[in-house]
Amino acid sequence: MTEAIDEPRTETPPSAAPPSAGVAASTGITIDSVCHEYRPARGRPVLALDNIDLQIGDREFVAILCPSGGGKSTLLYLLGGFMPLQQGRIEVAGRDVTGPGPDRGIVFQHFALFPWKTVRENVLYGLEKQRLPKDEREKTAQHFIDLVHLSGFEDSYPSQLSGGMKQRVAIARTLAISPNTLLMDEPFGALDAQTRNLMQEELLAIWGRSPTTVVFVTHDVREAVILADRVAVMTARPGRVKEIVDTRFEGGMNAEIAKSRIFLDKVDYIWDLVREEAIAADSGRGG
Amino acid sequence: MLRIPGAAAEIMRIAHTLWRFTPLLILAAAWEAISRLGLVSEFALPPFSDVVVSFSRLADEGLWSHTLMSLYRGTTGFAIAVVVGSLAGILMAWYRPVHILVNPLLRCLYPMPKSALIPLTIMWIGLGDTSKITLIFIGCLLPIVLSSYNAARGVDQVLLWSARGMGASEREVLWEVVVPSALPEIMSGVRVALALAFILLVSGELIIANNGIGYLIDLLGEGGDYSGMFAGVATISAIGFFADRGYVALTRRFLAWRE
Repeated sequence: MTEAIDEPRTETPPSAAPPSAGVAASTGITIDSVCHEYRPARGRPVLALDNIDLQIGDREFVAILCPSGGGKSTLLYLLGGFMPLQQGRIEVAGRDVTGPGPDRGIVFQHFALFPWKTVRENVLYGLEKQRLPKDEREKTAQHFIDLVHLSGFEDSYPSQLSGGMKQRVAIARTLAISPNTLLMDEPFGALDAQTRNLMQEELLAIWGRSPTTVVFVTHDVREAVILADRVAVMTARPGRVKEIVDTRFEGGMNAEIAKSRIFLDKVDYIWDLVREEAIAADSGRGG
Repeated sequence: MLRIPGAAAEIMRIAHTLWRFTPLLILAAAWEAISRLGLVSEFALPPFSDVVVSFSRLADEGLWSHTLMSLYRGTTGFAIAVVVGSLAGILMAWYRPVHILVNPLLRCLYPMPKSALIPLTIMWIGLGDTSKITLIFIGCLLPIVLSSYNAARGVDQVLLWSARGMGASEREVLWEVVVPSALPEIMSGVRVALALAFILLVSGELIIANNGIGYLIDLLGEGGDYSGMFAGVATISAIGFFADRGYVALTRRFLAWRE
């Protein structure tokens, strides 16, 4: 009864077909019938992810959108290799994910900076693991600190920075190890609206200069549409892919497009999908 | 904005310092008065001024060598406990077999009053320094192990993941993430242990020793030199006070990133 769809699924304009899943599979991400269940010490097991299939092309920016409480972080942690895969298969750049690794850079929602390290030391950490020569490490770290506009704060500790600055350190730290794949778990969720907008612009600019495959988890519809090539709308508990919506615009994303009819329609369309899910979740379908 | 000239500011600063010591001055004055007025017997509470005189006499008569002996025992037992205790606690949190091995021992040792071990350590190890060092070691171990265990277990999962995600190995994560993020809690456990070290040091020396400040206190008391005894008590209390303040300053320095 919750499957009511008010519009036929003619969302994908023929001019912008999803980046050829099959062709780019070897360098993108393949998520193949992945299920994940949480088994708390007490209480019933919770199915967080139910049979997820998702093909992400090389250098494609995909946003995963789902009502709060869904298994969106779970999917990202599985991609990161932080949790063992219970069922299904995940392949990143042609290799099965078996554990964490610097080929996949992750930006966590709550920054996860090392509080005992300065900004510079935080950014240097991943570079030290790559066994680069010292001056090269220093140069790279400085480059990415400058890139996220934190010059002058190199020797500050995270506790001395604002939320937006901390998240920029986290992004710099992740970009510095030049991962092939960028995993972002609601990276701007903890920021105020203004900082959030600026960070979105910055992320797009950085991504525009050196595109990588990005999986960006968010519950902000507008953010998803602005940033992503495609938006995967998830269902709540258990998490399934409800629909994949193409959100590329001719001429790329810019301030003009963000005000255009076609953009707003897209946001509305996705909003309706999300609202359906939120209502379904509230009426206790999950279980 | 009100500007205070240099000299005035200096006077204010001195006044402020004096103000902070006022309660201590009042205590000393009251002590002197109570004793001089004969409100309590002079044996129970020798006048403050007599204690000061005894202190300067004892300072010439080996107070410092006794103090050094005590400090040697205390520092050794305490230092071994810090190293062993924090390692044990972290490894317990990190490696299941270590936990299985060490945890029952901790549970047994925890409720035991450590001073009850004094006769045992003497029986097993003898009357020398080693038995006192062992006693202090055992007593200090527990708060340190427990705080490091809890601290290491409580390390934010996401920090571990982010280090692993940047290419750190399991072992690197232990030294580079678990240890530094557990440090604040470990350091507060060590502070508890520091206070315990003084308690066990003096009780060990009071019961049996042939030097050290606990021994000196006991000796002077037995010999009826009560003002001397009070001077000994004051000395070890002052050392305890400064050790704690020094430790707090050290903590602040180590954990400057928390500000």
